[in-house]
Amino acid sequence: MAMMNDSRPHYPDYSTAGAVQHSFNPYADNGGSVVAIAGDDFAVIGADTRLSTGFAIYTRNQKKLFKLTDKTILGCAGCWCDTLTLTRILNARMQMYEQEHNKTMSTTACSQMLSTMLYYKRFFPYYISNVLVGLDTEGKGCVYSYDPIGHCERSTYRAGGSAGALLQPLLDNQVGFKNMQGDAFEKVTKERAIAILKDVFISAAERDIYTGDSIVINLITKDGITEETFPLRKD
Amino acid sequence: MYNGVDQFTAKPFWHNGPAPGAIYNFPGTKTHGTNGSQRSQTPITTATSIVAMKFNGGVIIAGDILGSYGSLARFRNCPRVLKVNDNIILGAGGDYGDYQYVKDVIEQKIVDEECLDDGFKIKPKSMYCWLTRVMYNRRSKFDPFWNTFVVGGLQDGVPFLGSVDKLGTAFEDNAICTGYGAYMALPILRSALEANPSPTEEEARALIHKCMEVLFYRDARSFPKYQVAVINKDGTDIQGPLEIQQNWNLAHMIN
Amino acid sequence: MSSALCPEIPTPGFSFENCKRNATLAAKGFPTPKATKTGTTIVGIIYKDGVILGADTRATEDTTVSDKNCQKIHYLAPNMYCCGAGTAADTEMTTQMISSQLELHRLYTGRVVPVCTANQMLKQYLFRYQGHIGAALVLGGVDSSGPHLFSIYPHGSTDKLPYTTMGSGSLAAMAVFESRWVPNMDEEAGKKLVRDAIAAGIFNDLGSGSNVDLCVIRKDKVDYLRTYDEANKKGIRQASYKYPKGTTAIFPNKTQEYKIEVTEETVTPYTMDTSS
Repeated sequence: MAMMNDSRPHYPDYSTAGAVQHSFNPYADNGGSVVAIAGDDFAVIGADTRLSTGFAIYTRNQKKLFKLTDKTILGCAGCWCDTLTLTRILNARMQMYEQEHNKTMSTTACSQMLSTMLYYKRFFPYYISNVLVGLDTEGKGCVYSYDPIGHCERSTYRAGGSAGALLQPLLDNQVGFKNMQGDAFEKVTKERAIAILKDVFISAAERDIYTGDSIVINLITKDGITEETFPLRKD
Repeated sequence: MYNGVDQFTAKPFWHNGPAPGAIYNFPGTKTHGTNGSQRSQTPITTATSIVAMKFNGGVIIAGDILGSYGSLARFRNCPRVLKVNDNIILGAGGDYGDYQYVKDVIEQKIVDEECLDDGFKIKPKSMYCWLTRVMYNRRSKFDPFWNTFVVGGLQDGVPFLGSVDKLGTAFEDNAICTGYGAYMALPILRSALEANPSPTEEEARALIHKCMEVLFYRDARSFPKYQVAVINKDGTDIQGPLEIQQNWNLAHMIN
Repeated sequence: MSSALCPEIPTPGFSFENCKRNATLAAKGFPTPKATKTGTTIVGIIYKDGVILGADTRATEDTTVSDKNCQKIHYLAPNMYCCGAGTAADTEMTTQMISSQLELHRLYTGRVVPVCTANQMLKQYLFRYQGHIGAALVLGGVDSSGPHLFSIYPHGSTDKLPYTTMGSGSLAAMAVFESRWVPNMDEEAGKKLVRDAIAAGIFNDLGSGSNVDLCVIRKDKVDYLRTYDEANKKGIRQASYKYPKGTTAIFPNKTQEYKIEVTEETVTPYTMDTSS
């Protein structure tokens, strides 16, 4: 067999190759998962604490939840350098709002601002899967989820990050009670929401290599925010 | 400037077509080269792993002193652990030229600070944060500093250890290794810290020496001479070059 | 130059032309289906009385764990075992096939097959396929000339070493060996060292995980220690997930009765006419 080992690209006679683009990738996938569940008077959000790249673990103890106000928390998974930058700017904007308007931002306003901040970088996006939770002006729990360029959707539960696709159907079933009939399903309570959250993370750690080590869970109620951690497998 | 079009430049023959005297890339060819500026780079003279950990009352950072030129062990005296001030020590891996540039900027920062003479000294967390922003800004311009920095120090007496890479990915931990060290030295340090979460300075030094030895045996870009920077309540201290004792007796066992 | 009368016989074996075709297709956006890779930590050491092999038990498909407790230490012969990393199917099939050939060889020669024979057979087989069979192996065994340990790479090169590691966790495991391996270890120390090397891979390499398998091969006896150490325990469920009866929707059902008419008929055996 004649080996055709011509690796040069074929150009028409009149064209030139131009400058060869060098491969520098400004993004990294640092993994991590975020799960949020909202109820009538509470919102709970959890994120794992593993920060990784490729097959290596950077650290087992990285908090990925960011408190924006006493009623609003943002969870981030994806490109960690973008997360650091976004949350830094977000904090500055929160402070500016507070000083200009002499009040803290509402959760709904936070959600809108995050959307515009993401879209501002439409053609060089922050590569982050954002989930924002909080209590709205009526005190109801709410969850906002985003794509990297600012599409925003309000819901009552959401899974995002590396195990997002793995966990969302589970939440659809256990929190959304999708495709089920029979006795009236009770709305999830705080306790049930936290138990489900821990369980879905246990499952995610079994099957997703980027999720593990431990989770940080924040519960938002009208009385404030409580935090707890829960260990996961470390392999 | 409006789109670079002015009265001195000839108009293209057709919309988005070639213009007289201008370079034009025909559509439909495989590459989309711009013929424009080329900013992103590759590292040239490189340094390999940095190995660092916290101990009871301080931080230790080590790195060998080889500057590799591709696979050539070209420069054999490239120190890359640095005392920034009495609070901060710094280690760097990756491109050595970029490190020297950043080092100059940092040193100028320290001089500027001295000139203010207000007795204030920058603390490790500020240094770490500043470096993160510098690295992220450069990556956003597609012109990164091809380095990984490890910042160690005492933040109001409490040990601090953090790392920043060329993208601006930053994190803190009790043990941090970069380059090949992340694969070979970090497992050793992690299991040692699990058994003893608060080692003494002597134990930490012994551990770091062991890691440098392992790296010397397995990392082809490493060198048997290294420097160690230690920060504790008595101040900062840079030692070295320390030498790794080699033992290749193993070669006689294989037959 | 083939014709209907004299067809050209295709060359037997692996078609490298297909590899080129696949590469072209991949470049045009038709990737080949993903095979299960065992992002793995596998190791082996020589100790005082023989060889100890070790492996983790995680198999991955990209970033998803596809098998949480798979076996990576394969049987080759009564005195030989082989750890496999790389493409799961390739390691499995390669070791199975060589195992069968070794058994035939043993029956033919009537003696214990030396480990270097298995090494030679594996490397020749892998070299023939120019790396397209993605099997990275750690071969260990004991024969009349003592314990032997080989590492075999997918392209067919081999190493003979007193301690070796392979797979994505090989660096973490090798760090343990480089800092703690000494000649003539006793069995307990050897098993502890191999366990720690695999554990280093399990905890520091995301491609490796779950449990530690060991295989201790001595001159007269082999101990296959499946799940020697359960390095990771699964978390305990916090809530109950029992569905109440009637949760699954059932479409309205209708029963249709079929009237079946039964007629009785007697069948008599019929002899076939085989005279003509």
